[in-house]
Amino acid sequence: MAVAEEKTSPEASEKSWHGIVLQTLKRNDIRLIPYVPDRVLTPLIRNLHADPFFTTFATAREEEAVGIVSGAWMAGMRSAVLMQTSGFATLANVLASLAIPYQIPLIMFVSERGTLGEFNYGQSLVCRTMRPVLDSLAMEHHTATRIDEFEFIVDRSIKQAITTQAPVALILSPLLTGGKVFDK
Amino acid sequence: MNSTNATLARNTKVMNRFDLTSRLVAKLKNEEAVIGGIGNTNFDLWAAGHRPQNFYMLGSMGLAFPIALGVALAQPDRRIFALEGDGSLLMQLGSLSTIATLKPKNLTMVVMDNGIYQITGAQPTPGAAVADIVAIAVASGLANSSWAADEDDFERLIEESMSAAGPTLIGVRIDDKPGTGATRRDPVQIRERFMHGMGVREPL
Repeated sequence: MAVAEEKTSPEASEKSWHGIVLQTLKRNDIRLIPYVPDRVLTPLIRNLHADPFFTTFATAREEEAVGIVSGAWMAGMRSAVLMQTSGFATLANVLASLAIPYQIPLIMFVSERGTLGEFNYGQSLVCRTMRPVLDSLAMEHHTATRIDEFEFIVDRSIKQAITTQAPVALILSPLLTGGKVFDK
Repeated sequence: MNSTNATLARNTKVMNRFDLTSRLVAKLKNEEAVIGGIGNTNFDLWAAGHRPQNFYMLGSMGLAFPIALGVALAQPDRRIFALEGDGSLLMQLGSLSTIATLKPKNLTMVVMDNGIYQITGAQPTPGAAVADIVAIAVASGLANSSWAADEDDFERLIEESMSAAGPTLIGVRIDDKPGTGATRRDPVQIRERFMHGMGVREPL
């Protein structure tokens, strides 16, 4: 599914999950997108790079990206971070010491690996740490599984993060994206 | 400071963090932002005299430069300074390459290198006897990186950085003294005051 979407035209991709993310970011004036890549995120990352509205770049670690968007927010620029489940697992300290106590509207898109057909045991284990960490910090998070609900979830979550000055994690389920599958 | 590191850092005087921070702050005339890293770098920034354009990081060790990069990207017309310790930087060396790739010309990074985790009991860092922070920065793509030989050289490098064509990193060897004073640990007020200082919000 995800592979097929990558080959569709730009018009069609606006109705894909990654087209919805890109358009909703733009509509909410979110311009700065640091990321640590993930296979599933590839079409989104490619299209963000291709669009001059966005400043998109890779960071070496996810917490580095959180630091960058925190600084950008405090200086008046809206941002979001893209990562994979295993990257989220590196963030507990920066969430608890920077994003939450300083009231930074950190918007995270997390491509979910480790479930619904995972082939790497380590990925399935680290995935199980994600929601307990989010819940232990009482962080807002949603798991997006359906394309018909997706724009609503993304748009409302961005607006809530900014108005309440609180982080949010949007978890992109394989049910939405197709996920990454074992291909020998 | 052990002798091996002193050899590595050649010809550089051992200075004092609070003195250098005060010298930097005294030069700021254009509402420049200053990001203080965890612990002593932000304690000495606080002690040098609070300004609304100062940001004091209370956790998230290693993120002073990434936070400063975000500020620099958001406000390309403002000069941004970031103060980081050598132990903190060792946690986030990848950020040097990110900054080198994005090349913000309004960013000046200062690494306060005492070779120890002063605040936790002065244990040597893993790099203390072997690593050269400025050489690491150069190898990460930050060509405009150098050690300050003494206080006058530090001031000269700070001045030069303000009109540089790319990001600047200044390494300073410092003594093992603790920070002067202690930042008021109120993250919401720190963030809100900084946003006022950055001109993106008005007080209620």
